[in-house]
Amino acid sequence: MQVPKVLGIETEYGIAGGPEQDPIFASSIIVNAYAQEGRTRINWDFDSESPSSDSRGVLNFASFAPIVETHLANTVLTNGARLYVDHAHPEYSSPECRTPLEATLYDVAGEEIMLRAMNVSNLSLDPSMRIALYKNNCDGKGNSYGTHENYLLSRELEFKAVVAGVVPHFVSRQIIFGAGKVGAETEDGLEQNPAFQLSQRAEFFEEVIGLETTLKRPIVNTRDEPHSDAERFRRLHVIIGDANMSQVATFAKLGSTSLLLSLLEAEGPKIFPSMPVHPVQTVRSFALDTTLTHAVLCEDGKKRTAWDFQDELWNLSDSFVKRTGAQDVASEEEVALILKHWREMLDGVRDNPASVADRVDWVAKLRVIEGLKDRYNLLDNDAKLRAVDLQYHDLRNEKSLARRVGLQELFSHEQASEAVHNPPKTTRAYFRGQCVARYPEQIVAANWDSVVFDLGEGPLQRVPMLDPLRGTAELTQGLLEKNATANALLKAMNG
Amino acid sequence: MSEQERIQKQKSERAKTEQAEVNVDTTKGDQLKNDLDDLLDEIDEVLEENAEEFVRNYVQKGGE
Repeated sequence: MQVPKVLGIETEYGIAGGPEQDPIFASSIIVNAYAQEGRTRINWDFDSESPSSDSRGVLNFASFAPIVETHLANTVLTNGARLYVDHAHPEYSSPECRTPLEATLYDVAGEEIMLRAMNVSNLSLDPSMRIALYKNNCDGKGNSYGTHENYLLSRELEFKAVVAGVVPHFVSRQIIFGAGKVGAETEDGLEQNPAFQLSQRAEFFEEVIGLETTLKRPIVNTRDEPHSDAERFRRLHVIIGDANMSQVATFAKLGSTSLLLSLLEAEGPKIFPSMPVHPVQTVRSFALDTTLTHAVLCEDGKKRTAWDFQDELWNLSDSFVKRTGAQDVASEEEVALILKHWREMLDGVRDNPASVADRVDWVAKLRVIEGLKDRYNLLDNDAKLRAVDLQYHDLRNEKSLARRVGLQELFSHEQASEAVHNPPKTTRAYFRGQCVARYPEQIVAANWDSVVFDLGEGPLQRVPMLDPLRGTAELTQGLLEKNATANALLKAMNG
Repeated sequence: MSEQERIQKQKSERAKTEQAEVNVDTTKGDQLKNDLDDLLDEIDEVLEENAEEFVRNYVQKGGE
């Protein structure tokens, strides 16, 4: 059985600065600043509390007690996303989206939300404490934090089949979607002493399959938490992947993965390329090879480069689209756009990298690195090159390099701003976001699969949303517009 | 036009086209180099002045 490929991305942002250089405090400032800007004050799965907004309109952090309870910084936004502090990072979990292009828009909206939160926070912080945010995945010192993709799968698909289907893609897709990194930072990575790697994350992966996300990171994560009807759905939680600054890369990454998952549901894993014999070594060795010529032995006895894997996977997807239309992924037009970018990026990285420097993050980054190396005759490990690596992901307008290298954009600033405030119309995120916008005083909590109302009398009322494809604008807009209050809404729903 | 002439004409036209393409490519190569120079100038302006310290101070706690 195939199910529509509902999807989204969670991103933990790197954070620097803040009072006492405390990243948890700084992350709380970021999340609370955004919440207090009036976007939302709804908690994620906790009883409500009232952050003290400053009547002067400018936040005054000096009046904040140090925030230790992380629930204080855990909110749901009017666009249906979750913004919170995870470990020592501010994290944006996009709302559930119906197509890869929509999910890309809401990832871009997440950057805009973080940028606004950072700017508002910095208005009230002493210049020495100003906060900077980075959309990256490692600090160069052996610490990594994640960008996780989530895809809705049919429960009928066996996990074993998922593994066989996705490993070839997950080990090789970094050649087009990797964000690039100067040097290495894990013990094994340092031994190789690379000047540059395709991926930020590759060297942190240690297992093929596993439940962990922070230690012994696996290529396929087994977390089985569908946030929906567990009898019908799985959620594939993908932890192997870099945060992309390139919108096209985000789009093609989500699109290619969605197509392959849909194909896997439709036709099973047998048609997929054979697994590499040593998947973990494969991920790492592909990352180290900027020439894209390194081949690994596969279970069928053949040797494949990362490019070979991607070429086979693209051809499988292309044929699937030609035969079926792949409507569970997106419209005909959007699916064609996925295949177009994927193909061009794949051919580009091999035949003419300069032609895809406007779409492939690692190529864009490496172009600058090599340019500066030539210009100043720098060694591979020069701090200036590491600064480029870091600043590529810097969200501050005046510092961001990604904004300067000429990356193609898929969305205008107006579209991103619209998505900052408004939910996608195509999933239950619509109902969640609209409820937060319309009845903020009556909602005490919300999470992926429910919204909890406090109507002032009687018990709290939980509205379950176990199907990600219900609660759409089509199904609930009329109801929401007819009912000006939460009381009326719940009456209408219960009646 | 004889068959021979026609082939020669086609050949010379193809040669002309190829010549033109080569010229375009060279210009494009120069253009790319100029673009990169401009980009590097711009990046030089915004790059943290004390790269060493900037990079050293960026320490994160693990996440996920």
